Amino acid sequence: MKRKLISKKNIISVAIIAVLYILIQVLINGGYLSRQMMSVIIPLCYNVIMAVSLSLIVGVLGELSLGHAAFMSIGAYSSALFTTKFELPEFIALPLALIIGGLCAAALGFIIGIPVLRLKGDYLAIVTLGFGEIIKSIFNFLPITGGSKGLSGIPIYTSYRNFGLVFLITAVIVLLIKNLLDSRHGRVFAAIRDNSIAAQATGIPVGTYKTMAFVIAAFFAGIAGVLYAHNVGILKPGNFDYNMSIEILVMVVLGGMGSIGGSIIAAVILTLLPELLRSFADYRMLLYAIVLIALMLFNNSSLKKKLIEKRQMSRQEKSEKEGE
Amino acid sequence: MKKMISTTLATLTLVAALASCGNNANTSGAKESETGSSDAKTSDVSTSSATDVFKVGAIGPLTGPAAAYGISVKQGAQIAIDEINAAGGVTVGDKTYSFEMIFEDDEATEDKAIQAYNTVMDKGINVLMGAVTSGSSIAIADLTKADGIMQLTPSASAENAIKNDNAFRICFSDPEQGVAMADYMIDTLGKTKVAVIYNNADEYSTGLGQAFEEEVAAKGGTVVTSEAFATGDMDFSSQLTKIKGTDAEIIYIPAYYQDATYITKQAKEMGITLPFIGSDGWDGVLGTVTDTTTVEGAIFSAPFSASVEDDHVKTFVDAYKKAYSDAVPDQFAADGYDSIYTFKAAMEKASSIESADLIAAMTEITVNGLTGDNITFDASGAAKKEVRYVKITDGAYAYA
Repeated sequence: MKRKLISKKNIISVAIIAVLYILIQVLINGGYLSRQMMSVIIPLCYNVIMAVSLSLIVGVLGELSLGHAAFMSIGAYSSALFTTKFELPEFIALPLALIIGGLCAAALGFIIGIPVLRLKGDYLAIVTLGFGEIIKSIFNFLPITGGSKGLSGIPIYTSYRNFGLVFLITAVIVLLIKNLLDSRHGRVFAAIRDNSIAAQATGIPVGTYKTMAFVIAAFFAGIAGVLYAHNVGILKPGNFDYNMSIEILVMVVLGGMGSIGGSIIAAVILTLLPELLRSFADYRMLLYAIVLIALMLFNNSSLKKKLIEKRQMSRQEKSEKEGE
Repeated sequence: MKKMISTTLATLTLVAALASCGNNANTSGAKESETGSSDAKTSDVSTSSATDVFKVGAIGPLTGPAAAYGISVKQGAQIAIDEINAAGGVTVGDKTYSFEMIFEDDEATEDKAIQAYNTVMDKGINVLMGAVTSGSSIAIADLTKADGIMQLTPSASAENAIKNDNAFRICFSDPEQGVAMADYMIDTLGKTKVAVIYNNADEYSTGLGQAFEEEVAAKGGTVVTSEAFATGDMDFSSQLTKIKGTDAEIIYIPAYYQDATYITKQAKEMGITLPFIGSDGWDGVLGTVTDTTTVEGAIFSAPFSASVEDDHVKTFVDAYKKAYSDAVPDQFAADGYDSIYTFKAAMEKASSIESADLIAAMTEITVNGLTGDNITFDASGAAKKEVRYVKITDGAYAYA
């Protein structure tokens, strides 16, 4: 099977993204969105990036990582230090910040990738958890990051006023990861997940590929961190603790392991849900938890299986008809 | 059976989602009528003045680890609102306004604070009380400035939480309190050699400790040793041993009462008889010590303490206990209460409910609050009030 960049699949993805973009832009410009909804657009974008990049490690590679928020915090802090120390004009500062944030996170992804070669499953999960806590403590004690007071005065480059750019970055990242999975490398990741011994026996350098997945996921998480930092304007180490990592893991699990589209939808739902539930005041977080449980049950229910079977059947019928 | 359960749950989810959507549609519908542009604020104000309701938007943590602060501020502010509304509201010109508070949860995180702020703005608020925590206040500072809305934080003590000219605060900033304690120690207590124990993982404790040490040095005193600990520590023997080996005359502990409880108890066990001074985080320490003699004679700076004999405080504490099933109000509740009375004073002074007029009036008002008798505000937005000190005498709190 020969792969082309301009495949049917890619064209459809780009079309969906373009339609989404126009739709949101019309909603914003037409004043149909409340301020609350506008302020949630950027968190939506960086959560989608976080979920999709974690999906690469958890869903595709099959390794459990509980330290994804740490990569985000590295991207956020390194880029914020850059933009606050060198006061460059926005059109230079932002692209450089994105690159710096991504690369710093990727570098640490490489470092954490080394124990990945030796550990599996639960052990790896604990290592990544510890790694996240170490990063948090470092930011807490370094004088340059403002310690527990946080790093403030970060220029706001990626608020919803810059929605177009943030959306573009998100879309490009999603397409890149999607294409990576469809590529030879993506098949290798799947092979390692399904049977790493067999993969090794066929001559696949398992260690190299595992590290590669970590570095790529960390790079994109770093970029999500850059978007976060320049949307909120203040960074505190405590915000990037394991709770955040687990929140992102929940998105990946809810979206279905290894499914990029599912991760995106789950990220959107889980980001919007607490905002939509605001009218319930005191019961908000309780309802959020209940909805989460319900969604997980639905995900594993026979009802969903039936719905999917139905969809596949109707698709088959369609293709059969087309075949005729 | 399993199928039935999951179907029911799925339906429930759908209902919940629809219900919230419906609610959201309402608010966004209201927004539409104000035209989506950002300078719809003026029309906001005129519509709400027709109904004579003065809407106070508030944001703070109602869930998460910092929830206690947000809930206290909310409840304290509600007491003030109930008092004012029961007394007939606030008269501004020829109109009378009753207060209404819209409180949104920010979980004490910065990104959620932005969403919470935009949510209260959607509801057409007149002024903003918040955020309760420093990080959230800083995160929304530039947004409130751009909207030109008056921002009054009850309890964000970080210095740059009020860096914009539309922002004010009720509580002391961390450095202010540290400096005041250093002055009190040297001028009133006459001690010059001090040991400091602070939490270096906590912004509040670090801020106070640093300002205190700088002021002690500036006044010619000596910080003989400065010992750090981290959140959650329970064993302070290494820090105390070190202090015991110095010629310190007094120990300053800018920390929360849980830490103070452990430190004072272990100090007594080690035979350290030095007096203690602390910060407002100490309020409540008598409830956690097993032996009150360990903290006997300790002095801490405290803008508010529910336990001292004072008519104004007593009225508030009684109302609070009655409304919230015998809960004892803390400093955050008092800050929330004073915030509402500050809005009232500014409205009366300015004869207006427009944020710009209220901001202009802020430097001219005097508020007789729970956290200070005559609170005034300077141009920087900081509250000017005398620092109060509470001394633990015979196992009870009393103003020193």
